[in-house]
Amino acid sequence: MIVDLPSTSTASVNRALVELRERGGAVALGRVLTLIIVTDDGEQAENAIEAANAASHEHPCRVLVLARGAKRAAARLDAQIRVGGDAGASEVLVLRMYGPLADQGASVVVPLLLPDAPVVAWWPGAAPKVPADDPVGRLAQRRITDAAAQRNPGRSLDATRRCYADGDTDLAWTRLTLWRGLLAAALDHPPHEDVDAAEVTGAGDSPSTELLAGWLRSCLNTRVRRVHAGAGGGISSVVLERPSGPVKLVRPDGRLGVLSQPGQPDRTVPLARRPVRDCLAEELRRLDPDEIYEAALHALPAVIGRGSTSGRKARS
Amino acid sequence: MTRREPGSAAGGRHNPLRDVRDKRLPRIAGPCGLTIFGVTGDLSRKKLMPAIYDLANRGLLPPGFAVTGFARRQWTHQDFGEMIRQAVTEHARTPFRQVVWDRLVEGVRFVPGTFDDDEAFDNLAATLADLDRVRGTSGNHAFYLAIPPSAFPVVCKQLARTGLAAQGDEYWRRVVIEKPFGHDLHSARELNQVVNDVFCEDSVFRIDHYLGKETVQNILAMRFANQLFDPIWNSNYVDHVQITMAEDIGLGGRAGYYDGIGAARDVIQNHLLQLLALTAMEDPVSFHPAALRGEKVKVLSATRPVGPLDETTARGQYTGGWQGSQQVVGLHEEAGFDPDSATETFAAITLEVGTRRWGGVPFFLRTGKRLGRRVTEIAVVFTRAPHLPFDDTMTEELGRNALVIRVQPDEGVTIRFGSKVPGTAMEVRDVTMDFNYGTSFTETSPDAYERLLLDVLHGEPSLFPVGQEVELSWQILDPVLAHWAAAGTPEPYPAGSWGPESADSMIARTGRVWRRP
Ligand SMILES: NC(=O)c1ccc[n+]([C@@H]2O[C@H](COP(=O)([O-])OP(=O)(O)OC[C@H]3O[C@@H](n4cnc5c(N)ncnc54)[C@H](OP(=O)(O)O)[C@@H]3O)[C@@H](O)[C@H]2O)c1
Repeated sequence: MIVDLPSTSTASVNRALVELRERGGAVALGRVLTLIIVTDDGEQAENAIEAANAASHEHPCRVLVLARGAKRAAARLDAQIRVGGDAGASEVLVLRMYGPLADQGASVVVPLLLPDAPVVAWWPGAAPKVPADDPVGRLAQRRITDAAAQRNPGRSLDATRRCYADGDTDLAWTRLTLWRGLLAAALDHPPHEDVDAAEVTGAGDSPSTELLAGWLRSCLNTRVRRVHAGAGGGISSVVLERPSGPVKLVRPDGRLGVLSQPGQPDRTVPLARRPVRDCLAEELRRLDPDEIYEAALHALPAVIGRGSTSGRKARS
Repeated sequence: MTRREPGSAAGGRHNPLRDVRDKRLPRIAGPCGLTIFGVTGDLSRKKLMPAIYDLANRGLLPPGFAVTGFARRQWTHQDFGEMIRQAVTEHARTPFRQVVWDRLVEGVRFVPGTFDDDEAFDNLAATLADLDRVRGTSGNHAFYLAIPPSAFPVVCKQLARTGLAAQGDEYWRRVVIEKPFGHDLHSARELNQVVNDVFCEDSVFRIDHYLGKETVQNILAMRFANQLFDPIWNSNYVDHVQITMAEDIGLGGRAGYYDGIGAARDVIQNHLLQLLALTAMEDPVSFHPAALRGEKVKVLSATRPVGPLDETTARGQYTGGWQGSQQVVGLHEEAGFDPDSATETFAAITLEVGTRRWGGVPFFLRTGKRLGRRVTEIAVVFTRAPHLPFDDTMTEELGRNALVIRVQPDEGVTIRFGSKVPGTAMEVRDVTMDFNYGTSFTETSPDAYERLLLDVLHGEPSLFPVGQEVELSWQILDPVLAHWAAAGTPEPYPAGSWGPESADSMIARTGRVWRRP
């Protein structure tokens, strides 16, 4: 069900929510968190809502979409409430803000946050310079950005590293989870040798490649080289050098990964880029600071071969 | 200093890429393969194969995972692959993805033969060795016996003969078995003996799929992660406990298996006693498998039936009737069922747990087929407040407070308590407060078999009852079974009802009533 409340106020939105709950029992109480999506109005907003609806099947939440409309207009709030089939297992409030109100997202969401439940902020597109200092970011325990969606992914990662605060996380990091899982699983089994050096290859504009290199650097405390492949396609390979021979995880076509280890047959695994909805569901699973991500960020400067093109946007 | 966790199979050697703080890392199993006996059966098709696919789809199976089927059919690997594919498209929880399937099917093998055929098992050994070479399963193999227990001895013997059951330093071999774990204490010991002769207890995984359910694991979280419940979780506040597993289906199709076994052996001995153990056990010092099982063993060893069994137990057989909107036949008319059978389809028993915490609190367990609706729940019913500062008329409609753990369906927790009825008079009536797993957490939680299979491949034994628990459960149930065998027959009850009259009277004699779930 979709209820439109044009030119409204947050108090009226709250009243409409209570009314909906009483009338249809449609708005349930089992919400576990409030997710604030900060975006520009338009296609980006709809894509983000779709991802949030999908993720809500795992984490029922109240989704507040702050869609910034035209600034050169009179201050106005248009709201839309979506519940039931139109909202997955969540209730979605799209808040379109115009004029001077467009910059007051934090004030608009305060009366609409669920009581006592954690708050997660997500910027699917352009992120604030320092998410933890952003007015909306300050309301949230967890702040999700996406380095890959920034104009200059490499430089944005460096900025993120410098201003990291507990609760920060990035979808470029989430996209890595399966890669990291496979690599860790490969080292679970004999021979238990030290890794002498590592090499990570990926597109010049791929922040995930950088973070994978940073993660390896922080865990292995050894030489980690980042190699630039052409633009697009994300990570293409990881090599861990060990005395008995290299452990390699290669993804030439962006879909299938091939894991090879000395003395063992090559094994293929599906390793396609994860859809945003999966990444978001993973992010919502844990709300405590991600120390591993922090360590990976801080290890970035120690990665060899970074920076040669990371300052330039290489995506075609 | 960072806290590191040793890799699961690394025997104390640190895996530098693992860190206990890294909670995102998926639990991908190490290189291994699964061999299934009885692939043509119901269990394989409806539960195992879909679970394997769902695990693969979630990226939790190791690259190079292998599935080997063994059955008395002249099939090719492709035939078997096609059969799995059908099972997967029909029963899997997650959507079918061609890339995932293509990878999985590369590791599918089939070995034809009967259980007494030495050549077939030599063939199986060769197949697994070949998988180690071409798929990199590294000698790690789990054997799933989805076959009748009568076939366990011969299969175990074959696995021992061919060396497939032999453990190594660098690899593991595990065996997975399903209920029934015997039909009484004596046969359970024999069965444990048969399996333990070949596989040491550490490598035996007994499936009780109830323990793989999120709600069942949540019993532990609820009891031991909260301050709210523990203070009242004892005989000072708890009047009695009811554990119910009701099915609405009859025996259509499974009559052969069920005849001579009955509801008590099929459900109470395993599922309900496990639920009792989790509800009544003391807090484990840690969630280490040994600590957890230790507490379960303790509470089971303190549990026994309350007598006189004539009055404290009930059993029944369903007769034809209306199951909701559907007319159904009685047990004696079911195809393939002996019309004179004395097998019970409803069983209820009264137990006591002889510990300081539970002394004097009866535990009523009941299960049956063709009952009012399909539901499994644990109801902890509290004593009445010692003094009510109201007139009797004000509290006429006030029952006892209760905490109900709804195991399935509609998983969650309900708390029932009294509340003022709106209006001018002071009148108190029961209301409920609901926590619904489905709305607070994942809508499609993984199936119990996914969780349990993955635990087998990881060698994580917490959710599997040990041989000792099985034997203790039989020890609890055997006196009741013996009493029933000695005299009387099950009492008929109409399909779609909540069991025979004797079930109501066994609880009424103590001044209590069954909850209508
Ligand atoms: N189904 C369930 O949901 C469920 C639940 C709990 C426990 N269990 C237990 O799991 C086991 C399997 O159950 P199920 O329901 O799958 O049974 P089922 O449908 O009767 O299947 C039994 C399987 O064992 C094979 N088999 C039986 N005797 C054999 C023999 N002498 N030689 C070779 N193969 C033989 C059958 O092969 P053929 O096709 O060649 O006969 C079939 O594949 C049983 O121990 C059962 O008690 C099942």
